Amino acid sequence: MEEELLKILERDARISKSKIAEMLGVTEEEVKKKIKEFEEKGIIRKYKTVINWEKFGKEKVYALIDVKVTPQRDKGYDSVAERIMRFPEVKNLYLVSGLYDLSVLVQGDSMKEVASFVAEKLAPLEQVQSTTTHFLLKIYKEEGDILVEKEKNKRLAITP
Amino acid sequence: MRLASRVKKVPPSGIRKFFDIVEQMEDVISLGVGEPDFVTPWHIREACIYAIEQGYTMYTSNYGLLELREEISEYIKRNFKVEYNPENEILVTVGVSEGLDLGIRALVDIGDEVIIHEPSYVAYKPCVIFSEGKVMTLETKPEEEFRITPEELEKKITPKTKILIMNYPNNPTGATMEKKHLEEIADIVVEHDLFVISDEIYAKLTYNGKHVSFASLNGMKERTLLLNGFSKAFAMTGFRIGYACANKELIEAMMKIHQYSMLCASIASQKAAIEALKHGEKEVKSMVEQYNQRRRFIVKRLNEIGLECFEPKGAFYAFPSIKITKLSSEEFSERLLKEEKVAVVPGNAFGKCGEGFIRCSYANSIENIDEALQRIERFVNKNG
Repeated sequence: MEEELLKILERDARISKSKIAEMLGVTEEEVKKKIKEFEEKGIIRKYKTVINWEKFGKEKVYALIDVKVTPQRDKGYDSVAERIMRFPEVKNLYLVSGLYDLSVLVQGDSMKEVASFVAEKLAPLEQVQSTTTHFLLKIYKEEGDILVEKEKNKRLAITP
Repeated sequence: MRLASRVKKVPPSGIRKFFDIVEQMEDVISLGVGEPDFVTPWHIREACIYAIEQGYTMYTSNYGLLELREEISEYIKRNFKVEYNPENEILVTVGVSEGLDLGIRALVDIGDEVIIHEPSYVAYKPCVIFSEGKVMTLETKPEEEFRITPEELEKKITPKTKILIMNYPNNPTGATMEKKHLEEIADIVVEHDLFVISDEIYAKLTYNGKHVSFASLNGMKERTLLLNGFSKAFAMTGFRIGYACANKELIEAMMKIHQYSMLCASIASQKAAIEALKHGEKEVKSMVEQYNQRRRFIVKRLNEIGLECFEPKGAFYAFPSIKITKLSSEEFSERLLKEEKVAVVPGNAFGKCGEGFIRCSYANSIENIDEALQRIERFVNKNG
């Protein structure tokens, strides 16, 4: 039931607790209790909205930045990661295997803003050896949601 | 021109009328659809596209691709615990519909009696009539969870009875049959030397327990034509792909008709089906989980509204009674459509004993089901 509950919320964070209860065949109280528990434990982190900003008319600029860093004694990559993650411009941050170490997704209002973030904040960090910036040209899918027009119902209205 | 009398004998589909009305209306929420609302999982569609790109555009063996038959054999063994030889006991068909037609044509002689339980899917009766067999209707009831009971079955058997057509999980009621109940039927089948056509297309959509295939019961493999396919479990209705499993003699006879009519199922669909069996399990599980959530939701809400609903344990249909409204199934469905723009299928479309019921498909999003139920509630309050 727990995993199903989380999957339901992952699909639609705004669904009512009474509906979840009916879908899972449990009481509303049980659902409330479980959700509270998940929130307290940090299993449910937060409830957000997936927005297509381009459609709204306000385009955001995103860049994926490959960062090569020098790990630190005793702390490895964590201390430099911690410095980078605190910048509000940084949306996602991953330690990755392969040719470089950190993968940073940066969001800004313009290319200039993103570029200056990289030049003035990210690249000058002591442990950072090099950066490679890839500006995103088009977002096709985000958070598991395809950001193109929804597929219309193609089924016949009544079939036996 | 003079049409064949056995074709004229079959009345036009009762659903057609509603379909025509719905087509002309906007903003209708339809709980009248007998197919998954999910689109076929992408990996299956992609495999099909790839097959066409690779030039798989030709005929296959009449039996179907051997690789597919081998996968089917494995799948049935794994899921339903009965073994069929992929070489000569499995026939790939154009949906269960073709398997049903072939089975009936291969088995039914003029005047042979065929027992069909109702309410049931609309194709069984016409197929028997096309073969000039005689349909014996067995009515099932909500008090007995729409099961075939040994008593009722015995009553329908005469020296001319040859075949029993079974469909569990059942369309339109969502009823299933447990092993112990199936075993009672199996005893009668042996006693009266009957043969069973078991349409198990909804087998994978079984909730609270596992589907028991009639063919897996002791001694029943030889006496059963097992029909199944990809439409419901893998959301592949439009691919038109299914399979028939039975003893070698029957499969060969069905293949004879198949090779002179259909020839073979589409190779692109067969390729898609192979992918479905090889890598489809995870997506099926996710779809079944969602159907189950909707099932609990719709059944609870229907009962709250006052439309008493037996708990369906399979397929994706709820079959509530509308007796409190004192309307006939057709009146209810037609007025609900016109007044509240919700489409359901009147129960009598599935046999006389379906009168007083409606079929609500929950192969739809929770949001749509919720909205439809609010409209139904309004309608019932007005007419209760």
